[in-house]
Amino acid sequence: MANLKDLSKQKALFTGGHRGCAGCGAAIVARQVLMAAGPNTVVANATGCLEVVSTIFPYTAWNIPFVHSAFENAAASISGVEALHKSWVRQGKYDKKVNFIAFGGDGGTYDIGLQSLSGAMERGHNILYVCYNNEAYMNTGVQRSGATPKGADTTTAPVGKIKKGKEQFRKDLTEIMAAHRIPYVAQSVVGNWRDLTSKVEKALAIEGPKFINVFQPCRLGWAYDPEMTCEIGRLSVETCVWPLYEVLNGQYKVTKPKEKKPVVEWIKLQGRFRHLLKPENKPLLDDIQAATDKNWEDLLRKESLTPQVKTPELKPS
Amino acid sequence: MDKTNIVARTGNEAMAEAMRQINPDVVAAYPITPATEVVQIFAGYVADGLVKTEFVPVESEHSAMSACIGSAAAGGRTMTGTSSQGLALMAEMLYIAAGLRLPIVMADVNRALSSPINIHCDHSDTMMVKESGWIQIFSENCQEAYDNMLQAIRIAEKAKLPVMVTTDGFIISHGMERLEILSDADAKAFVGEYKPEYYLLNFEKPITVGALDLTDYYFEHKRQQIEAIKDSKQIILDVAGEFGAKFGREYGLFEKYKMDGAEIVIVAMGSTAGTAKVVVDGLRSKGVKAGLVKPRIFRPFPKEELAESLKGMKAIAVMDRSDSMNAQEGPLALEIKAALYDAPAGSCRTVLSYIYGLGGREIKLEDIELVYNDLSEASKGKAKPKVSYLGVRE
Ligand SMILES: Cc1ncc(C[n+]2csc(CCOP(=O)(O)OP(=O)(O)O)c2C)c(N)n1
Ligand code: SF4
Ligand SMILES: [Mg+2]
Repeated sequence: MANLKDLSKQKALFTGGHRGCAGCGAAIVARQVLMAAGPNTVVANATGCLEVVSTIFPYTAWNIPFVHSAFENAAASISGVEALHKSWVRQGKYDKKVNFIAFGGDGGTYDIGLQSLSGAMERGHNILYVCYNNEAYMNTGVQRSGATPKGADTTTAPVGKIKKGKEQFRKDLTEIMAAHRIPYVAQSVVGNWRDLTSKVEKALAIEGPKFINVFQPCRLGWAYDPEMTCEIGRLSVETCVWPLYEVLNGQYKVTKPKEKKPVVEWIKLQGRFRHLLKPENKPLLDDIQAATDKNWEDLLRKESLTPQVKTPELKPS
Repeated sequence: MDKTNIVARTGNEAMAEAMRQINPDVVAAYPITPATEVVQIFAGYVADGLVKTEFVPVESEHSAMSACIGSAAAGGRTMTGTSSQGLALMAEMLYIAAGLRLPIVMADVNRALSSPINIHCDHSDTMMVKESGWIQIFSENCQEAYDNMLQAIRIAEKAKLPVMVTTDGFIISHGMERLEILSDADAKAFVGEYKPEYYLLNFEKPITVGALDLTDYYFEHKRQQIEAIKDSKQIILDVAGEFGAKFGREYGLFEKYKMDGAEIVIVAMGSTAGTAKVVVDGLRSKGVKAGLVKPRIFRPFPKEELAESLKGMKAIAVMDRSDSMNAQEGPLALEIKAALYDAPAGSCRTVLSYIYGLGGREIKLEDIELVYNDLSEASKGKAKPKVSYLGVRE
């Protein structure tokens, strides 16, 4: 595993000069994932902020082969690229080892692209799918998604005179992926480069389908100052809003924060939750804290249950 | 040329056979009646090791076309097959495949679009995506379906455009006919090797495929695509010429049947053209100057050539196996009329439009005789309805 100094000397495979907002977490995800993956990587990207800011013709921020075709199909697209590679290797036409990585936003992954993702994972392609999860449809102007947390203000579940933002809890896509019984599933975060790069390295060393859900603060949609991106990312882990964990061949491993902080510490830094700090919305805040606690306990229980289970080494399909 | 193998095959078997001989790098597909068999038979070839193809059994047609786009962008010879709702679900990706200039080839077995749901033949599915930028080749029978698939690969790779080869669902797809199959060696030599110019798996020259094109470039790229579809006409003719010279079966942009001395003519695509030929033969033996024009290539639309072939006609009937739902008529009739409008002065203005066979409604010899009868009367100045619905109860 490379140290920070080595990584900083690498040729940037995802370059600066793209059109992301100052402090954009999505660009950090792309950059760090490619640092860990290296140059022999093909990327497929779903429509969304990352694609839009990085490929405005005639420019590209990608120094590696890159394909974007539509919003809901990054997993299917990369599965086609991987299938060709398999075919060429079998025919003896090609011998280079290649990493196949798909990037999708939470909208392109939790919602419109879920079917495509599930299908590709079930088929067992040798791919890594990275969801850069900023908890809303940012590219189209901060609409709610299945990943948007309860109580967040978005443009399609706005805070109004009677409504208090999104009324539903977000779905747990990481667990949905784990239920696919693929060899590697993980959660990571912007703001912990070591966690992200080491998970990517680990994933890419495994044959078969892999999924990493990277929590990505978005200064525009979450409404905070640009320099706060990494700090808010780390706070999401410390408050257990976004636990860091991995499921390797069915075994859970959770990276515990030194001290579990109250969710409000994280909430109060973000404009999208501003209304939650009003005294009359205290019950909603309590609700969110309770759900966070329960998810955290559930996760620890899963971890405590799985180490004893000796799962057979999953063979690549 | 080696000896050909003469066998009895259905349209689906013929198309799958062509795919076996083409031996593509990747096939990604999803089942739908009546196209299911094409990929099912092909999956059997994969299972038996008869092809080196990587078969991707995707979870939807949207993903089928998405995976095909991934594979083709990565540099692979890529094929798929579908029908009706599957084609509709792919629609978004069809435009993208064409815009990215990817030479994907599809077996498209025509079936009516829902609603109401129906599994039988009409051309509404192919017509729904006629503006998608795909080259569209219609087949009259099994033999044409097979020959068109082999030619489609060459056309797609030269034109850098995707191609769909259609057959009429059930009528051709499940109808058993005589089929002449080329030897594997001849087929292989004809389709040749595919050498992509730019492709994702070439790390020497990394490329970004599918960039965001705004007001400053989109139009130029579309203009190039427009030129490519225009240019594909000559490529289609060249490939057909080579195919004809090598294997003796002649193809063009359309077929003219008994058009010498013809005064009344039907324009029809797909299997109906075969039925119409029988009617034309009968009428000719009775001295009626009947002819038939069968467009093979619907996209690019051979406008000037078709107008030229219809020169001097006294009355024309265009038969559409789909309606445009525009309170006018079918898509073929509209395009034929547009072609005649731009043709030199004096071209035939008596054009009758017939919508027929929706949802697999049978089209019989008598129906077509009726059309020629209308044409005879119209050519003598008798007024006829501009649009008729053939074989429907109303
Ligand atoms: C089929 C389709 N529906 C809708 C859109 C419009 N659209 C483009 S990006 C996007 C939202 C992207 O959200 P997400 O995946 O979370 O990525 P982000 O922009 O937040 O990075 C939407 C709705 C589209 N391009 N295609
Ligand atoms: S809106 Fe958010 S995700 Fe999109 S570019 Fe700006 S910071 Fe990045
Ligand atoms: Mg998002």
